[in-house]
Amino acid sequence: MTVLEMRDVVKDYRLRNGLRSTRLRAVDEVSFTLEPGRTVALVGQSGSGKSTIAKLLMQLERPSSGEILVDGEPMPYRGARAAAYRKAVQMVFQDPFGSLNPYHTIGHHLARPVRLHHPAFSRRQVAERVLDLLRRVRLDPDFADRKPHELSGGQRQRVAIARALAPEPAILVADEPVSMLDVSIRLGVLNLLATLQREENLGVLYITHDLATARHFSDEIMVLYQGSVVEHGPADEVILNPQHEYTQLLADAAPAPERRLARHRQPTLAAREGGGQQPLG
Amino acid sequence: METTTQGTTQGSAQSSPQGSTEAAAPSATAERRPVTRKRRLFPPMTLKLGVGLSIAGLIVLFGLIGPLVVGDPSTVRDIGLTGPGHGFLLGTTQTGQDIFAQLAYATRGSLIIGVVVGAITLLLSSFFGLVGAFVGGWVDEAFSLLTNIMLVIPGLPLVIVISSYVPNKSIWLVAAVLAITSWAGSARVLRGFTLSVRSRDYVLAARIGGEKRWRILLVEILPNLIPLLASQVVFAVIFAILGEAGLSFLGLGASGSFTWGTMLYFAQNGLSLRLGAWWWFAPPGLLIALFGAALSLINFSIDEIINPKLRSQTRAERNRWGMSREQRQAAAEVTV
Repeated sequence: MTVLEMRDVVKDYRLRNGLRSTRLRAVDEVSFTLEPGRTVALVGQSGSGKSTIAKLLMQLERPSSGEILVDGEPMPYRGARAAAYRKAVQMVFQDPFGSLNPYHTIGHHLARPVRLHHPAFSRRQVAERVLDLLRRVRLDPDFADRKPHELSGGQRQRVAIARALAPEPAILVADEPVSMLDVSIRLGVLNLLATLQREENLGVLYITHDLATARHFSDEIMVLYQGSVVEHGPADEVILNPQHEYTQLLADAAPAPERRLARHRQPTLAAREGGGQQPLG
Repeated sequence: METTTQGTTQGSAQSSPQGSTEAAAPSATAERRPVTRKRRLFPPMTLKLGVGLSIAGLIVLFGLIGPLVVGDPSTVRDIGLTGPGHGFLLGTTQTGQDIFAQLAYATRGSLIIGVVVGAITLLLSSFFGLVGAFVGGWVDEAFSLLTNIMLVIPGLPLVIVISSYVPNKSIWLVAAVLAITSWAGSARVLRGFTLSVRSRDYVLAARIGGEKRWRILLVEILPNLIPLLASQVVFAVIFAILGEAGLSFLGLGASGSFTWGTMLYFAQNGLSLRLGAWWWFAPPGLLIALFGAALSLINFSIDEIINPKLRSQTRAERNRWGMSREQRQAAAEVTV
């Protein structure tokens, strides 16, 4: 059981431009809590700091100020506790074509984290765990011998999910896990993630720019705009009753069939009212 | 979708039974898989690669076996400058030494230089290129500074200075000097490639998974550089053999040992060109040219793996992309 808490975390990057250097505040005083069994969606446009938050959680970057608490204690960056943390928090990357090493087989990708997590496992036990992981993400056992280039995008992303699950983590960070996938297989991968989350009681940070899937799959939604959280609340509350104008803009930008149908049903009425104002929702 | 394509194929070739296509499908996939596996390790066998490998293989074989079969290359006889055939396969030098025997020893000497320089260059360039780029920070700065300094030091003059400074040069010293002056270029290439691989997601994933850093470097990054390393090594071998030949021809090479360069040097000193003794200078010169060409051919095949755009760009290949004469006629008939 791991509870992750970000408290007033700030991340600045220095941008060098010749001799001058400017600061870019990628993440601005963000605070939230990730608990097992709950899904938190992080929504925002490109460059709003979503992936930087993921990197901070994965220890690929360190916060400029503020702190990340693990079970109430400061995040360990070295030593045995850091190793334990790395096992407890895993990540699914955005690009399934870049996140698997083209040189190695699928079996290798899954066996390494298993071996690191259970150093005492025999070769056969590791192989059994690899097959078990493949089964859990609904892939055939013979995928273990294949190379990444023989797999489709959806299959690769399933492998990436299996790899993230291999160290038996408590928290999973999914950085736009379906944005590079074909629309027709997105739902399958998302449903798989949701099922696994329920089975393992995972805490999931679901990073996306798709409000519809965020509402469908998560308990809470945070809206990120230029590095700071502008709205945070239960999923339905944020979508149906957006307070901040950026959230309203996002909600309006999402395709809403009801809204369009309503417009078609009463074209004359709307025109008579004038002003081109369409009823919302 | 499936049914419509089947319908059209059956419409054009009505006799084809449905069972045969179903039977062909699984066997095709079964045949395809081992091929893809093999292709990842070795370049596809093309004419270029075949010719290159066989020429280089023959020369290496000659260098390995030749010295065991021939007699002493230094024996002086009183039959100076006899042409090929009179008891000596490639004739004799001015002092009656067997040129074929000299050629066998010279091949071995030149190949030793090539292999040693190739190995040292591989070690140095991958250490300074790979490790620097992977570790980053001031290590990278220091390593690339050193690499850049080595890069701008003019190679040949330095080699000449070093070799003229040491009076008794062994073949190993010449190899070491050549290696030290030649690793910088490939270190830069490797550094650039490592920088791009280092920030790829699969390396980040390995870091997140808790892999040790040396393991990430050796298992996740290095295998993706193998084609690049191979082509760099082949290039280093060519460079070393040519460089050594140049040094020896100037009289700055290894003393007391045979290489293709020393053979040319002695041929030049013995006025073989003016005396018309082509059998003295032609064989070592020809072997240098052939070996260089063979290694270049091998290198081109490796290049095609690194950069697939180079593949299928010859005129013959491109002509094959077009329609055959029958197809063009059929197309003309249809359109008219």
